[in-house]
Amino acid sequence: MSTVLSAENVVKRYGSFTALHGVSFALEKGKTLGVVGESGSGKSTLGRIVMRLMTLDKGKVFLGDDDLFALSRSELRVARRRIQLVPQDPRHALNPAMTVKDNLFFQLRAQGIARTTWNAKAEELLGQVSLPADYLHAYPHELSGGQAQRVAIARAIANKPEVLVCDEAVSALDKSVQAQVLNTFAELQSSLGVAMFFISHDLAVVEHISDDVLVLNRGTAVESGRTRDVLSNPQDPYTRELLAARHSVSAL
Amino acid sequence: MSATTSPLSTSSASGAQLPPGVPLVLDATTVSVAFRGKGSKFSTVVDSVGLGLEQSQVTVLLGESGSGKTVFARSITGMAPRGARVSGSATFDGLDLLALNGRELRKVQGNRIGMVPQDPNASLDPMRRVGGQIIETLMQHGKAASKAAAKERMLELLTLVHIHEPERVAKCYPHEVSGGMRQRIAIAIAICCDPELIVADEPSSALDASVGVRVVQLLDDLRERLNTAILFITHDIGIAALIASKPNDRVAVMLGGRIVELGFAHQVLRNPKHPYTRALLAAEPSAEVARGSLAVVPDEVRTERNWGPLQEVEPGHAVASLLDSSTDQKGGLA
Repeated sequence: MSTVLSAENVVKRYGSFTALHGVSFALEKGKTLGVVGESGSGKSTLGRIVMRLMTLDKGKVFLGDDDLFALSRSELRVARRRIQLVPQDPRHALNPAMTVKDNLFFQLRAQGIARTTWNAKAEELLGQVSLPADYLHAYPHELSGGQAQRVAIARAIANKPEVLVCDEAVSALDKSVQAQVLNTFAELQSSLGVAMFFISHDLAVVEHISDDVLVLNRGTAVESGRTRDVLSNPQDPYTRELLAARHSVSAL
Repeated sequence: MSATTSPLSTSSASGAQLPPGVPLVLDATTVSVAFRGKGSKFSTVVDSVGLGLEQSQVTVLLGESGSGKTVFARSITGMAPRGARVSGSATFDGLDLLALNGRELRKVQGNRIGMVPQDPNASLDPMRRVGGQIIETLMQHGKAASKAAAKERMLELLTLVHIHEPERVAKCYPHEVSGGMRQRIAIAIAICCDPELIVADEPSSALDASVGVRVVQLLDDLRERLNTAILFITHDIGIAALIASKPNDRVAVMLGGRIVELGFAHQVLRNPKHPYTRALLAAEPSAEVARGSLAVVPDEVRTERNWGPLQEVEPGHAVASLLDSSTDQKGGLA
Protein backbone atom coordinates (compact mmCIF):
# COMPACT_ATOMS: atom_id res chain seq x y z
CA MET A 1 0.00 0.00 0.00
CA SER A 2 1.22 3.43 -0.85
CA THR A 3 1.07 6.23 1.66
CA VAL A 4 -0.83 9.33 0.48
CA LEU A 5 -0.41 11.50 3.56
CA SER A 6 2.04 11.21 6.41
CA ALA A 7 3.55 13.27 9.18
CA GLU A 8 6.83 12.91 11.00
CA ASN A 9 7.31 14.36 14.48
CA VAL A 10 5.13 17.40 13.94
CA VAL A 11 5.63 20.03 16.65
CA LYS A 12 3.41 23.10 16.84
CA ARG A 13 3.67 25.89 19.39
CA TYR A 14 1.33 28.78 20.04
CA GLY A 15 3.56 31.19 21.91
CA SER A 16 4.76 29.31 24.97
CA PHE A 17 2.03 26.65 24.65
CA THR A 18 2.95 23.50 22.77
CA ALA A 19 -0.12 22.21 20.94
CA LEU A 20 1.55 19.21 19.28
CA HIS A 21 4.50 17.37 20.80
CA GLY A 22 5.95 15.48 17.84
CA VAL A 23 3.03 13.63 16.27
CA SER A 24 3.55 11.11 13.47
CA PHE A 25 1.11 9.10 11.38
CA ALA A 26 0.75 7.53 7.96
CA LEU A 27 -2.45 7.39 5.92
CA GLU A 28 -2.63 4.80 3.16
CA LYS A 29 -4.33 5.22 -0.19
CA GLY A 30 -8.10 4.78 0.05
CA LYS A 31 -8.05 4.18 3.80
CA THR A 32 -9.47 6.14 6.72
CA LEU A 33 -7.51 7.36 9.71
CA GLY A 34 -9.76 8.37 12.60
CA VAL A 35 -8.30 11.12 14.78
CA VAL A 36 -9.83 11.21 18.25
CA GLY A 37 -9.23 13.55 21.15
CA GLU A 38 -10.76 16.06 23.55
CA SER A 39 -10.97 19.70 22.62
CA GLY A 40 -7.54 21.17 23.09
CA SER A 41 -5.87 17.88 22.25
CA GLY A 42 -4.56 19.30 18.97
CA LYS A 43 -6.60 17.32 16.48
CA SER A 44 -7.86 20.31 14.51
CA THR A 45 -4.39 21.89 14.63
CA LEU A 46 -3.01 18.70 13.10
CA GLY A 47 -5.78 18.80 10.48
CA ARG A 48 -4.81 22.34 9.49
CA ILE A 49 -1.12 21.54 9.39
CA VAL A 50 -1.55 18.57 7.04
CA MET A 51 -3.26 20.96 4.62
CA ARG A 52 -0.59 23.60 5.21
CA LEU A 53 -3.23 26.05 6.31
CA MET A 54 -0.89 26.72 9.22
CA THR A 55 2.85 26.58 9.72
CA LEU A 56 4.63 24.06 11.92
CA ASP A 57 7.62 24.47 14.20
CA LYS A 58 9.29 21.14 13.62
CA GLY A 59 8.74 17.98 11.64
CA LYS A 60 7.57 17.18 8.16
CA VAL A 61 4.35 16.49 6.29
CA PHE A 62 4.31 14.48 3.07
CA LEU A 63 1.47 14.59 0.59
CA GLY A 64 2.37 11.59 -1.53
CA ASP A 65 6.06 12.16 -2.20
CA ASP A 66 5.91 15.93 -1.84
CA ASP A 67 7.34 17.53 1.26
CA LEU A 68 4.39 19.87 1.78
CA PHE A 69 6.29 22.59 3.63
CA ALA A 70 9.12 22.64 1.06
CA LEU A 71 6.82 23.48 -1.85
CA SER A 72 6.85 26.91 -3.45
CA ARG A 73 3.62 28.90 -3.52
CA SER A 74 2.76 27.87 -7.05
CA GLU A 75 3.63 24.24 -6.42
CA LEU A 76 1.51 24.35 -3.26
CA ARG A 77 -1.48 25.67 -5.19
CA VAL A 78 -1.35 22.63 -7.47
CA ALA A 79 -0.63 20.18 -4.64
CA ARG A 80 -3.60 21.47 -2.62
CA ARG A 81 -5.95 20.20 -5.31
CA ARG A 82 -5.13 16.74 -4.04
CA ILE A 83 -6.22 17.42 -0.46
CA GLN A 84 -9.60 18.90 0.41
CA LEU A 85 -11.42 19.92 3.56
CA VAL A 86 -14.92 18.97 4.71
CA PRO A 87 -15.67 21.33 7.61
CA GLN A 88 -17.88 20.84 10.64
CA ASP A 89 -20.44 23.47 9.83
CA PRO A 90 -21.16 23.62 6.11
CA ARG A 91 -23.41 26.63 6.50
CA HIS A 92 -20.36 28.64 7.45
CA ALA A 93 -18.17 27.09 4.79
CA LEU A 94 -20.48 27.61 1.82
CA ASN A 95 -20.77 31.13 0.48
CA PRO A 96 -24.23 32.26 1.65
CA ALA A 97 -24.62 34.75 -1.21
CA MET A 98 -24.09 32.10 -3.89
CA THR A 99 -26.38 29.33 -5.04
CA VAL A 100 -25.23 25.73 -4.71
CA LYS A 101 -24.32 25.85 -8.39
CA ASP A 102 -22.13 28.93 -7.98
CA ASN A 103 -20.50 27.47 -4.89
CA LEU A 104 -19.58 24.42 -6.96
CA PHE A 105 -18.51 26.54 -9.98
CA PHE A 106 -16.22 28.55 -7.73
CA GLN A 107 -14.45 25.37 -6.75
CA LEU A 108 -14.34 24.03 -10.32
CA ARG A 109 -12.62 27.23 -11.42
CA ALA A 110 -10.13 27.01 -8.56
CA GLN A 111 -9.41 23.44 -9.55
CA GLY A 112 -8.62 24.52 -13.11
CA ILE A 113 -11.38 22.49 -14.73
CA ALA A 114 -12.49 23.50 -18.24
CA ARG A 115 -15.47 25.86 -18.12
CA THR A 116 -17.43 23.96 -20.78
CA THR A 117 -17.80 20.98 -18.49
CA TRP A 118 -18.93 22.88 -15.39
CA ASN A 119 -22.69 22.42 -15.85
CA ALA A 120 -22.48 18.69 -16.39
CA LYS A 121 -19.86 18.35 -13.67
CA ALA A 122 -21.96 20.17 -11.07
CA GLU A 123 -24.91 17.86 -11.72
CA GLU A 124 -22.69 14.82 -11.58
CA LEU A 125 -21.21 15.93 -8.25
CA LEU A 126 -24.64 16.38 -6.68
CA GLY A 127 -25.55 12.91 -7.95
CA GLN A 128 -22.47 11.49 -6.26
CA VAL A 129 -23.66 12.81 -2.90
CA SER A 130 -27.26 11.70 -3.54
CA LEU A 131 -28.80 15.13 -4.04
CA PRO A 132 -31.20 15.81 -6.93
CA ALA A 133 -30.08 18.39 -9.51
CA ASP A 134 -32.94 20.73 -8.43
CA TYR A 135 -30.76 21.78 -5.52
CA LEU A 136 -28.33 23.56 -7.86
CA HIS A 137 -30.48 26.67 -7.65
CA ALA A 138 -30.94 26.63 -3.88
CA TYR A 139 -29.04 28.92 -1.51
CA PRO A 140 -27.20 27.37 1.45
CA HIS A 141 -29.72 28.71 3.98
CA GLU A 142 -32.51 26.88 2.16
CA LEU A 143 -30.83 23.54 2.78
CA SER A 144 -31.07 21.34 5.86
CA GLY A 145 -27.87 20.61 7.77
CA GLY A 146 -27.47 17.24 6.10
CA GLN A 147 -28.07 18.62 2.61
CA ALA A 148 -25.61 21.47 3.16
CA GLN A 149 -23.00 18.98 4.35
CA ARG A 150 -23.55 16.97 1.15
CA VAL A 151 -22.92 20.09 -0.92
CA ALA A 152 -19.72 20.71 1.03
CA ILE A 153 -18.68 17.13 0.28
CA ALA A 154 -19.57 17.52 -3.39
CA ARG A 155 -17.38 20.60 -3.51
CA ALA A 156 -14.53 18.80 -1.82
CA ILE A 157 -14.55 15.88 -4.28
CA ALA A 158 -14.87 18.08 -7.38
CA ASN A 159 -11.43 17.19 -8.70
CA LYS A 160 -11.09 13.66 -7.31
CA PRO A 161 -8.72 14.48 -4.45
CA GLU A 162 -6.47 11.86 -2.91
CA VAL A 163 -7.25 12.92 0.64
CA LEU A 164 -10.29 14.39 2.38
CA VAL A 165 -9.67 16.09 5.71
CA CYS A 166 -12.97 15.81 7.57
CA ASP A 167 -13.00 18.00 10.69
CA GLU A 168 -15.97 16.86 12.81
CA ALA A 169 -17.84 16.54 9.53
CA VAL A 170 -20.83 14.66 10.94
CA SER A 171 -20.81 15.96 14.52
CA ALA A 172 -23.38 18.69 14.05
CA LEU A 173 -25.89 16.42 12.34
CA ASP A 174 -28.85 14.58 13.84
CA LYS A 175 -28.26 10.85 14.27
CA SER A 176 -30.55 9.80 11.43
CA VAL A 177 -28.93 12.30 9.05
CA GLN A 178 -25.48 11.38 10.27
CA ALA A 179 -26.04 7.79 9.13
CA GLN A 180 -26.87 8.97 5.61
CA VAL A 181 -23.79 11.18 5.39
CA LEU A 182 -21.55 8.40 6.73
CA ASN A 183 -22.94 6.10 4.04
CA THR A 184 -22.15 8.76 1.44
CA PHE A 185 -18.55 8.95 2.68
CA ALA A 186 -18.22 5.18 2.41
CA GLU A 187 -19.65 5.13 -1.14
CA LEU A 188 -17.29 7.89 -2.25
CA GLN A 189 -14.37 6.12 -0.73
CA SER A 190 -15.03 2.96 -2.69
CA SER A 191 -15.87 4.75 -5.96
CA LEU A 192 -13.07 7.37 -5.86
CA GLY A 193 -10.48 5.58 -3.75
CA VAL A 194 -10.08 8.72 -1.65
CA ALA A 195 -8.31 8.48 1.71
CA MET A 196 -9.83 10.23 4.72
CA PHE A 197 -8.22 12.02 7.64
CA PHE A 198 -11.30 11.85 9.83
CA ILE A 199 -11.27 14.06 12.93
CA SER A 200 -14.00 13.33 15.46
CA HIS A 201 -14.66 13.23 19.17
CA ASP A 202 -17.33 10.56 18.60
CA LEU A 203 -15.81 7.12 19.05
CA ALA A 204 -18.84 5.35 17.62
CA VAL A 205 -18.41 7.21 14.35
CA VAL A 206 -14.66 6.62 14.28
CA GLU A 207 -15.09 2.96 15.12
CA HIS A 208 -17.49 2.62 12.22
CA ILE A 209 -15.60 4.47 9.53
CA SER A 210 -11.88 4.14 10.33
CA ASP A 211 -9.33 1.53 9.42
CA ASP A 212 -6.77 3.04 11.75
CA VAL A 213 -7.12 5.35 14.68
CA LEU A 214 -4.92 7.98 16.30
CA VAL A 215 -5.82 9.08 19.84
CA LEU A 216 -4.48 12.51 20.80
CA ASN A 217 -4.26 13.76 24.34
CA ARG A 218 -2.78 17.21 25.02
CA GLY A 219 -0.84 17.21 21.81
CA THR A 220 0.63 13.74 22.18
CA ALA A 221 -0.39 10.64 20.28
CA VAL A 222 -1.22 8.37 23.20
CA GLU A 223 -2.47 5.47 21.08
CA SER A 224 -2.50 4.50 17.45
CA GLY A 225 -3.03 1.38 15.38
CA ARG A 226 -5.79 -0.66 13.80
CA THR A 227 -9.15 0.66 15.01
CA ARG A 228 -10.29 -2.75 16.19
CA ASP A 229 -7.14 -3.35 18.25
CA VAL A 230 -7.07 0.09 19.85
CA LEU A 231 -10.75 0.20 20.77
CA SER A 232 -11.07 -3.39 21.93
CA ASN A 233 -8.08 -3.06 24.22
CA PRO A 234 -7.57 0.62 25.05
CA GLN A 235 -4.38 1.35 27.00
CA ASP A 236 -4.95 5.02 27.61
CA PRO A 237 -7.34 6.09 30.41
CA TYR A 238 -8.83 8.77 28.18
CA THR A 239 -9.72 6.23 25.49
CA ARG A 240 -11.31 4.05 28.15
CA GLU A 241 -13.43 6.95 29.41
CA LEU A 242 -14.68 7.66 25.90
CA LEU A 243 -15.67 4.04 25.56
CA ALA A 244 -17.79 4.22 28.73
CA ALA A 245 -20.56 6.15 26.98
CA ARG A 246 -20.18 3.99 23.91
CA HIS A 247 -21.18 0.71 25.51
CA SER A 248 -23.86 1.96 27.87
CA VAL A 249 -26.78 0.65 25.79
CA SER A 250 -25.56 -2.93 25.84
CA ALA A 251 -25.05 -2.63 29.60
CA LEU A 252 -28.75 -2.00 30.24
CA MET B 1 -43.97 16.46 49.43
CA SER B 2 -45.81 15.72 46.24
CA ALA B 3 -48.07 12.83 47.08
CA THR B 4 -50.10 12.73 43.89
CA THR B 5 -50.52 9.06 43.22
CA SER B 6 -50.48 7.98 39.66
CA PRO B 7 -53.79 8.66 37.96
CA LEU B 8 -52.44 6.65 35.04
CA SER B 9 -52.46 9.85 33.03
CA THR B 10 -54.76 8.22 30.53
CA SER B 11 -56.81 11.35 30.00
CA SER B 12 -54.10 12.64 27.71
CA ALA B 13 -54.10 11.88 24.02
CA SER B 14 -50.66 10.34 24.18
CA GLY B 15 -50.88 9.45 27.81
CA ALA B 16 -48.37 7.30 29.56
CA GLN B 17 -49.49 4.18 31.33
CA LEU B 18 -47.67 4.03 34.60
CA PRO B 19 -47.64 1.20 37.09
CA PRO B 20 -50.14 2.32 39.74
CA GLY B 21 -49.05 3.58 43.12
CA VAL B 22 -45.81 5.24 42.07
CA PRO B 23 -45.69 8.72 43.56
CA LEU B 24 -45.44 11.37 40.87
CA VAL B 25 -43.41 14.50 41.30
CA LEU B 26 -44.85 16.12 38.23
CA ASP B 27 -47.81 14.97 36.21
CA ALA B 28 -48.28 16.55 32.81
CA THR B 29 -51.47 15.83 30.89
CA THR B 30 -52.51 16.82 27.36
CA VAL B 31 -49.89 19.51 27.11
CA SER B 32 -49.88 21.30 23.78
CA VAL B 33 -47.60 24.16 22.82
CA ALA B 34 -48.04 26.34 19.77
CA PHE B 35 -46.16 29.32 18.41
CA ARG B 36 -47.49 32.06 16.19
CA GLY B 37 -46.04 31.58 12.78
CA LYS B 38 -46.56 33.77 9.75
CA GLY B 39 -49.66 35.93 9.98
CA SER B 40 -52.07 34.73 12.62
CA LYS B 41 -51.48 31.02 12.10
CA PHE B 42 -50.26 28.98 15.02
CA SER B 43 -47.99 26.04 14.49
CA THR B 44 -48.15 23.26 17.04
CA VAL B 45 -44.76 22.03 18.20
CA VAL B 46 -45.93 19.91 21.10
CA ASP B 47 -49.15 18.04 20.48
CA SER B 48 -51.17 16.84 23.45
CA VAL B 49 -48.38 15.10 25.34
CA GLY B 50 -48.76 13.51 28.74
CA LEU B 51 -45.94 12.36 30.98
CA GLY B 52 -45.63 11.56 34.65
CA LEU B 53 -42.29 12.03 36.38
CA GLU B 54 -41.71 9.63 39.25
CA GLN B 55 -39.97 10.38 42.50
CA SER B 56 -36.19 9.84 42.42
CA GLN B 57 -36.36 8.32 38.95
CA VAL B 58 -34.81 9.50 35.73
CA THR B 59 -37.05 10.16 32.76
CA VAL B 60 -35.18 10.73 29.52
CA LEU B 61 -36.70 12.73 26.69
CA LEU B 62 -34.92 11.40 23.63
CA GLY B 63 -35.36 13.10 20.28
CA GLU B 64 -33.70 14.77 17.34
CA SER B 65 -33.61 18.50 16.83
CA GLY B 66 -37.07 19.93 16.25
CA SER B 67 -38.86 17.07 17.99
CA GLY B 68 -40.18 19.44 20.66
CA LYS B 69 -38.33 17.90 23.60
CA THR B 70 -36.93 21.16 25.01
CA VAL B 71 -40.14 23.13 24.47
CA PHE B 72 -42.14 20.38 26.19
CA ALA B 73 -39.78 20.17 29.17
CA ARG B 74 -39.70 23.94 29.59
CA SER B 75 -43.46 24.29 29.23
CA ILE B 76 -44.36 21.71 31.87
CA THR B 77 -42.07 23.38 34.38
CA GLY B 78 -43.61 26.79 33.76
CA MET B 79 -40.70 28.04 31.68
CA ALA B 80 -42.41 28.15 28.30
CA PRO B 81 -40.57 30.34 25.81
CA ARG B 82 -41.98 33.81 25.21
CA GLY B 83 -44.85 33.80 22.76
CA ALA B 84 -45.77 30.18 23.30
CA ARG B 85 -49.45 29.26 23.63
CA VAL B 86 -49.59 26.46 26.18
CA SER B 87 -52.61 24.34 27.06
CA GLY B 88 -53.11 21.29 29.26
CA SER B 89 -51.97 20.90 32.82
CA ALA B 90 -48.81 20.11 34.73
CA THR B 91 -49.49 19.20 38.34
CA PHE B 92 -46.67 19.62 40.80
CA ASP B 93 -47.63 18.88 44.41
CA GLY B 94 -51.22 19.92 43.80
CA LEU B 95 -50.26 23.08 41.92
CA ASP B 96 -50.96 23.44 38.21
CA LEU B 97 -47.72 25.05 37.03
CA LEU B 98 -49.39 26.12 33.80
CA ALA B 99 -51.96 28.20 35.70
CA LEU B 100 -49.63 29.94 38.18
CA ASN B 101 -48.60 33.57 37.84
CA GLY B 102 -44.98 34.68 37.78
CA ARG B 103 -44.71 35.32 41.50
CA GLU B 104 -46.14 31.95 42.47
CA LEU B 105 -43.97 30.22 39.89
CA ARG B 106 -40.80 31.72 41.31
CA LYS B 107 -41.51 29.98 44.61
CA VAL B 108 -41.27 26.68 42.75
CA GLN B 109 -38.65 27.35 40.09
CA GLY B 110 -35.07 27.21 41.27
CA ASN B 111 -36.38 26.20 44.67
CA ARG B 112 -38.29 22.97 44.19
CA ILE B 113 -37.41 22.52 40.52
CA GLY B 114 -33.74 22.91 39.61
CA MET B 115 -32.58 23.60 36.09
CA VAL B 116 -29.29 22.46 34.55
CA PRO B 117 -28.81 24.27 31.25
CA GLN B 118 -27.02 23.02 28.15
CA ASP B 119 -24.54 25.86 28.13
CA PRO B 120 -23.30 26.89 31.57
CA ASN B 121 -21.72 29.96 29.99
CA ALA B 122 -25.18 31.30 29.37
CA SER B 123 -26.53 30.64 32.85
CA LEU B 124 -23.64 31.83 35.02
CA ASP B 125 -23.08 35.54 35.39
CA PRO B 126 -19.67 36.23 33.82
CA MET B 127 -19.14 39.33 35.97
CA ARG B 128 -19.50 37.64 39.34
CA ARG B 129 -17.51 35.11 41.28
CA VAL B 130 -18.78 31.54 41.37
CA GLY B 131 -19.26 31.41 45.15
CA GLY B 132 -21.27 34.61 45.22
CA GLN B 133 -23.67 33.29 42.63
CA ILE B 134 -24.43 30.20 44.67
CA ILE B 135 -24.81 32.26 47.87
CA GLU B 136 -27.22 34.59 46.08
CA THR B 137 -29.43 31.67 45.05
CA LEU B 138 -29.43 30.32 48.62
CA MET B 139 -30.34 33.70 50.12
CA GLN B 140 -32.95 34.40 47.44
CA HIS B 141 -34.83 31.23 48.30
CA GLY B 142 -34.38 31.67 52.04
CA LYS B 143 -32.24 28.58 52.40
CA ALA B 144 -29.68 30.11 54.71
CA ALA B 145 -30.18 32.06 57.93
CA SER B 146 -27.10 34.20 57.49
CA LYS B 147 -24.44 35.05 54.97
CA ALA B 148 -21.98 32.89 56.91
CA ALA B 149 -24.33 29.91 56.88
CA ALA B 150 -24.86 30.41 53.14
CA LYS B 151 -21.10 30.43 52.57
CA GLU B 152 -20.67 27.21 54.49
CA ARG B 153 -23.47 25.58 52.52
CA MET B 154 -21.95 26.88 49.26
CA LEU B 155 -18.63 25.17 50.01
CA GLU B 156 -20.50 22.00 50.92
CA LEU B 157 -22.34 22.10 47.59
CA LEU B 158 -19.14 22.57 45.60
CA THR B 159 -17.68 19.53 47.36
CA LEU B 160 -20.85 17.59 46.59
CA VAL B 161 -20.40 18.20 42.85
CA HIS B 162 -16.81 16.89 43.11
CA ILE B 163 -14.93 20.17 43.01
CA HIS B 164 -11.70 19.48 44.82
CA GLU B 165 -10.66 22.94 45.96
CA PRO B 166 -14.00 24.58 46.78
CA GLU B 167 -12.39 27.54 48.57
CA ARG B 168 -10.27 28.45 45.56
CA VAL B 169 -12.97 27.80 42.94
CA ALA B 170 -15.52 29.88 44.87
CA LYS B 171 -13.29 32.90 44.32
CA CYS B 172 -12.97 32.30 40.57
CA TYR B 173 -14.96 33.98 37.84
CA PRO B 174 -16.75 31.56 35.48
CA HIS B 175 -14.23 32.14 32.68
CA GLU B 176 -11.39 31.07 34.97
CA VAL B 177 -12.62 27.49 35.28
CA SER B 178 -13.00 24.73 32.68
CA GLY B 179 -16.24 23.91 30.87
CA GLY B 180 -16.76 20.73 32.84
CA MET B 181 -16.27 22.62 36.10
CA ARG B 182 -18.69 25.35 34.98
CA GLN B 183 -21.29 22.66 34.36
CA ARG B 184 -20.66 21.23 37.85
CA ILE B 185 -21.17 24.71 39.30
CA ALA B 186 -24.43 25.02 37.35
CA ILE B 187 -25.46 21.68 38.87
CA ALA B 188 -24.53 22.93 42.34
CA ILE B 189 -26.87 25.89 41.81
CA ALA B 190 -29.60 23.58 40.52
CA ILE B 191 -29.46 21.37 43.62
CA CYS B 192 -28.79 24.06 46.23
CA CYS B 193 -32.40 24.22 47.42
CA ASP B 194 -32.86 20.43 47.58
CA PRO B 195 -35.27 20.34 44.63
CA GLU B 196 -37.73 17.52 44.11
CA LEU B 197 -37.10 17.68 40.38
CA ILE B 198 -34.09 18.56 38.25
CA VAL B 199 -34.57 19.40 34.59
CA ALA B 200 -31.32 18.82 32.70
CA ASP B 201 -31.39 19.98 29.09
CA GLU B 202 -28.53 18.33 27.16
CA PRO B 203 -26.14 19.01 30.06
CA SER B 204 -23.32 17.09 28.41
CA SER B 205 -23.70 18.10 24.76
CA ALA B 206 -21.51 21.19 24.95
CA LEU B 207 -18.76 19.30 26.76
CA ASP B 208 -16.04 16.94 25.62
CA ALA B 209 -17.22 13.36 25.51
CA SER B 210 -15.24 12.19 28.53
CA VAL B 211 -16.09 15.30 30.57
CA GLY B 212 -19.74 14.90 29.58
CA VAL B 213 -19.75 11.32 30.80
CA ARG B 214 -18.46 12.45 34.19
CA VAL B 215 -21.16 15.15 34.44
CA VAL B 216 -23.84 12.57 33.64
CA GLN B 217 -22.41 10.19 36.24
CA LEU B 218 -22.47 13.02 38.78
CA LEU B 219 -26.19 13.65 38.13
CA ASP B 220 -26.86 9.93 38.42
CA ASP B 221 -25.05 9.85 41.76
CA LEU B 222 -26.83 12.98 43.07
CA ARG B 223 -30.37 11.77 42.41
CA GLU B 224 -29.70 8.77 44.59
CA ARG B 225 -28.21 10.82 47.38
CA LEU B 226 -30.78 13.61 47.23
CA ASN B 227 -33.78 11.52 46.22
CA THR B 228 -34.51 13.82 43.30
CA ALA B 229 -36.39 13.08 40.10
CA ILE B 230 -34.57 14.03 36.90
CA LEU B 231 -36.05 14.99 33.58
CA PHE B 232 -33.12 14.52 31.23
CA ILE B 233 -33.21 15.81 27.66
CA THR B 234 -30.81 14.38 25.10
CA HIS B 235 -30.41 13.40 21.47
CA ASP B 236 -27.67 10.92 22.28
CA ILE B 237 -28.70 7.30 22.75
CA GLY B 238 -25.47 6.40 24.55
CA ILE B 239 -25.94 9.23 27.06
CA ALA B 240 -29.61 8.25 27.52
CA ALA B 241 -28.58 4.70 28.42
CA LEU B 242 -25.89 6.03 30.74
CA ILE B 243 -28.22 8.21 32.85
CA ALA B 244 -31.22 5.85 32.77
CA SER B 245 -29.22 3.19 34.52
CA LYS B 246 -31.64 2.08 37.22
CA PRO B 247 -34.38 -0.51 36.59
CA ASN B 248 -37.26 1.97 36.97
CA ASP B 249 -35.79 4.74 34.84
CA ARG B 250 -37.77 5.50 31.74
CA VAL B 251 -37.17 6.78 28.24
CA ALA B 252 -39.69 8.76 26.18
CA VAL B 253 -38.91 9.06 22.49
CA MET B 254 -40.20 12.28 20.94
CA LEU B 255 -40.92 12.81 17.27
CA GLY B 256 -42.74 15.72 15.66
CA GLY B 257 -44.07 17.06 18.96
CA ARG B 258 -45.39 13.75 20.25
CA ILE B 259 -44.13 10.93 22.40
CA VAL B 260 -44.08 7.91 20.10
CA GLU B 261 -42.58 5.40 22.50
CA LEU B 262 -42.40 5.32 26.28
CA GLY B 263 -41.13 2.63 28.58
CA PHE B 264 -38.38 1.52 30.89
CA ALA B 265 -34.95 2.19 29.46
CA HIS B 266 -34.16 -1.45 28.81
CA GLN B 267 -37.46 -1.87 26.97
CA VAL B 268 -37.12 1.17 24.74
CA LEU B 269 -33.38 1.01 24.08
CA ARG B 270 -32.90 -2.74 23.98
CA ASN B 271 -36.20 -3.86 22.53
CA PRO B 272 -37.75 -0.90 20.70
CA LYS B 273 -41.18 -1.39 19.15
CA HIS B 274 -41.81 1.84 17.30
CA PRO B 275 -40.44 2.00 13.74
CA TYR B 276 -38.82 5.38 14.42
CA THR B 277 -37.04 4.22 17.59
CA ARG B 278 -35.91 1.09 15.79
CA ALA B 279 -34.57 3.06 12.85
CA LEU B 280 -32.85 5.55 15.16
CA LEU B 281 -31.09 2.76 17.05
CA ALA B 282 -30.17 0.98 13.83
CA ALA B 283 -28.66 4.21 12.48
CA GLU B 284 -26.13 4.28 15.33
CA PRO B 285 -22.72 3.82 13.78
CA SER B 286 -20.64 0.94 15.07
CA ALA B 287 -17.87 -1.37 14.01
CA GLU B 288 -20.35 -4.23 13.61
CA VAL B 289 -22.10 -2.53 10.68
CA ALA B 290 -20.28 -2.71 7.34
CA ARG B 291 -19.19 0.67 6.05
CA GLY B 292 -21.74 2.21 3.73
CA SER B 293 -24.61 0.10 5.01
CA LEU B 294 -25.77 2.00 8.07
CA ALA B 295 -29.52 1.83 8.39
CA VAL B 296 -31.21 5.07 7.42
CA VAL B 297 -34.32 6.44 9.11
CA PRO B 298 -36.92 6.51 6.33
CA ASP B 299 -38.21 10.01 5.70
CA GLU B 300 -41.82 8.87 5.90
CA VAL B 301 -41.20 7.62 9.44
CA ARG B 302 -39.46 10.83 10.45
CA THR B 303 -41.97 13.24 9.02
CA GLU B 304 -45.12 11.23 9.68
CA ARG B 305 -47.25 13.38 11.95
CA ASN B 306 -50.19 11.05 12.27
CA TRP B 307 -48.90 8.94 15.11
CA GLY B 308 -51.81 8.26 17.41
CA PRO B 309 -52.07 7.81 21.16
CA LEU B 310 -49.74 5.50 23.02
CA GLN B 311 -50.93 1.96 23.47
CA GLU B 312 -49.45 -0.41 25.97
CA VAL B 313 -47.63 -3.37 24.41
CA GLU B 314 -46.26 -4.83 27.62
CA PRO B 315 -46.37 -3.64 31.24
CA GLY B 316 -44.82 -0.18 31.36
CA HIS B 317 -44.06 -0.04 27.64
CA ALA B 318 -46.31 1.98 25.34
CA VAL B 319 -46.00 2.70 21.65
CA ALA B 320 -47.86 5.02 19.29
CA SER B 321 -49.46 3.45 16.28
CA LEU B 322 -50.46 5.10 13.02
CA LEU B 323 -53.89 6.65 13.03
CA ASP B 324 -56.33 4.87 10.73
CA SER B 325 -57.35 8.12 9.11
CA SER B 326 -53.86 8.36 7.67
CA THR B 327 -53.65 7.74 3.95
CA ASP B 328 -50.92 5.15 4.10
CA GLN B 329 -50.99 2.23 6.48
CA LYS B 330 -47.38 1.24 6.30
CA GLY B 331 -44.95 1.66 9.13
CA GLY B 332 -47.36 0.81 11.92
CA LEU B 333 -46.59 -1.50 14.76
CA ALA B 334 -44.24 -4.20 13.65
